[in-house]
Amino acid sequence: MTEASMPTTPHAAPRGSLTTVDARTKKRKAAEARFRMYGIAGIATGIFFLLVLLASIVGSGTGAFQQTFINVPVYLDPEKLDKNGERNPSDIAKVSTFGYTPLIQDALLQQVQDNGIETPLEDRGDMKAMISASAAAQVRDTVLANPDLIGETVEFRILASSRVDGYLKDRVKREDVARDKNIDAEHLDLVDALVPLGIVQKTFNMDFITGADASESRAEAAGMGVSMIGSFFMMLVVLVLALPIGVAASIYLEEFAPKNRLTDLIEVNIANLAAVPSIVFGILGLAVFIQFMHLPQSAPLVGGMVLTLMTLPTIIISTRASLKAVPPSIRDAALGVGASKMQSVFHHVLPLAAPGILTGTIIGLAQALGETAPLLLIGMVGFIASNAPDSIASGLLDPNSAMPAQIYEWAKRADPAYYERAWGGIIILLLFLITMNTIAVILRRRFERRW
Amino acid sequence: MSFAKLTTSALALAAMSATTAAARDQVQVAGSSTVLPYASIVAEAFGENFEFPTPVIESGGSSAGLKRFCQGVGTEHTDIANSSRAIREKEIAACAENGVTDIIEVRIGYDGIVFASQLDGPEYTAFTPSDIFNALAPKVMVDGELVDNPYAQWSDFNPDLPAEDILAFIPGTKHGTREVFEEKVIAAGCEATGAMEAMIAGGMSEDDAEDACLEVRTDGRSVDIDGDYTETLASIDANANAIGVFGLAFYENNTDTLKVATMSGIEPTTETIAAGEYPVSRPLFFYVKKAHIGVIPGLKEFAEFFVSDEIAGPDGPLAAYGLVSDPELASTQEIVSGEKVMGGGS
Repeated sequence: MTEASMPTTPHAAPRGSLTTVDARTKKRKAAEARFRMYGIAGIATGIFFLLVLLASIVGSGTGAFQQTFINVPVYLDPEKLDKNGERNPSDIAKVSTFGYTPLIQDALLQQVQDNGIETPLEDRGDMKAMISASAAAQVRDTVLANPDLIGETVEFRILASSRVDGYLKDRVKREDVARDKNIDAEHLDLVDALVPLGIVQKTFNMDFITGADASESRAEAAGMGVSMIGSFFMMLVVLVLALPIGVAASIYLEEFAPKNRLTDLIEVNIANLAAVPSIVFGILGLAVFIQFMHLPQSAPLVGGMVLTLMTLPTIIISTRASLKAVPPSIRDAALGVGASKMQSVFHHVLPLAAPGILTGTIIGLAQALGETAPLLLIGMVGFIASNAPDSIASGLLDPNSAMPAQIYEWAKRADPAYYERAWGGIIILLLFLITMNTIAVILRRRFERRW
Repeated sequence: MSFAKLTTSALALAAMSATTAAARDQVQVAGSSTVLPYASIVAEAFGENFEFPTPVIESGGSSAGLKRFCQGVGTEHTDIANSSRAIREKEIAACAENGVTDIIEVRIGYDGIVFASQLDGPEYTAFTPSDIFNALAPKVMVDGELVDNPYAQWSDFNPDLPAEDILAFIPGTKHGTREVFEEKVIAAGCEATGAMEAMIAGGMSEDDAEDACLEVRTDGRSVDIDGDYTETLASIDANANAIGVFGLAFYENNTDTLKVATMSGIEPTTETIAAGEYPVSRPLFFYVKKAHIGVIPGLKEFAEFFVSDEIAGPDGPLAAYGLVSDPELASTQEIVSGEKVMGGGS
């Protein structure tokens, strides 16, 4: 071959130039473009479903944050509430909520008549469909707390019944009430007349965020508050138990333990435990904590311990990963200047791994917060309408529910008003989860070091 | 080491709580999801009007509740089992095996079981037990012969019913409702259509025939619902041609989406059930562990409050929710106040 012959020799089969695209390149490019399209389509589908989900949650759930109230002055008749007239607290406590109901019904009827509203409802009993069953308890509690009020007329802001509330929220339609024995069209007419007078009002519903669960006869009174406290105490138990145990276990396994068959077996088991269905931990909790250790049923302490078992593998795996990410040179340097093995771990490795450990812990907690299945078996799912606990001990030991359990419970109930509350509960739960995950992301962004 | 300290304090906390756990303050109830709403209404009123804490009510089905109830005596076991059927001999025996011998049976009232379908769906407005049997049994009578169920549409066996594919959502076997559904509807239809007679004529013993009568077809036209009525409701919402089995109280809370069918010409209402006219009704019970009375504070008071006139009477909140109050409530009150256990004794 001479140099002169090179330029004169034409290409055996010209495969095109840089400016004209041949068939094979076209095909490859098309394949790439198609693949990109698949990817975009996949992401778009995901975003679409996320939006649909969010829209339906917000659309169905925002109603729960609004509630209809009735403002009514109630005359606290001494004849009925304190027959002896001695204002003796034990005498007053004898009058049950059933004794208060007629007073409230009378008061509302009086309001209706004073305002000259024309209605065929002229009986005290006709008012029953308008007023929540929780009103009697509200008035009774006020009187018990302050017996001097007896004999006076006190302004109360009581809950309207769930049907009245549903009517103002367009959930209860006029054409449906004909077959509904809980409320009649006349009641709806009356509501229409009372709304402009300000007697019936729909306002922001703080009770939904702070209140306790309520029975099926008064969907309007149900709130998430107490189950939020239950969730809080469970998370506290999980944090107090799972973080030290998990971190200690992972430090030992990662830094100190000899590599042999036994530690291999433990490692494999931890990885397997992370994949065990959560209900299994519930069965374990029932058998060990309640039936063997005789801890109380439905207690957040037991719930927290069960969730600890569930969260531990997650925490151990993420802690070990972040310990592994600390470069060996750091350990070597510490050992080289004469630190003991433990000093090198606690003074140098652990602080560097801390952001990763915290992130793993928070994600584990968030997972535990949304867990319902193990709670089913230890009595935390059901009608648990306890009041807010007054001490840490009662917070841990008194029966309580948890946020996801409360949502599950509401979703099962007959009154359609609970449907909206279940979605409202989901909004609250999601806000908590988003907050926790955001904290995890921020911690990782701010403190994580890469080598 | 702060970790070591944390761990020890956590363990100490757990140990401390284990010692205080011997005493339980609140009544613990589990059982029928049909009784759950009534029990929760009572528990709430109980918590409001008494010094005792509000009882905890769990659901899970009558059988599951009785099983837990029968696991033993002691604060780690439930005090009360709600049930939408009477306790079975087998369950009493299982109870006795675990030391639960003195059981107080309390009947709180009656509940109707209704057949309902989508409000705007086909005209399922009148059924008889025979219709339901013909639709759901695996073997039915056709021209005097017992054959595998050939029916695909309601109109195949009753021209008055709509020409729609048969699809029914019935309570699963862990529900007490299933037993009533079988006894009062399927078995009644089995007898009325003559299928039972044909089975006995075919060489079955009477007991076997009775059992065979209760079977439902397994070709997907009859679907067991193991969850709550809300699940049945969701299934009805998704299938316009389906009928579902509900409790009366649940139907009355959802009249905006459901329409109810009459049974043998009788419309289910609290009145027709109280009068004994509507055929598909059952008593609701709860069972109290006598050994826990005096141990769990408020247990007896709760049971008494449950059956008191102001709660379970015809004008009480339970009746307002859909319970058909028991005309013999007074004798039930006596049983509770006298702590009379089942099977005689005191």
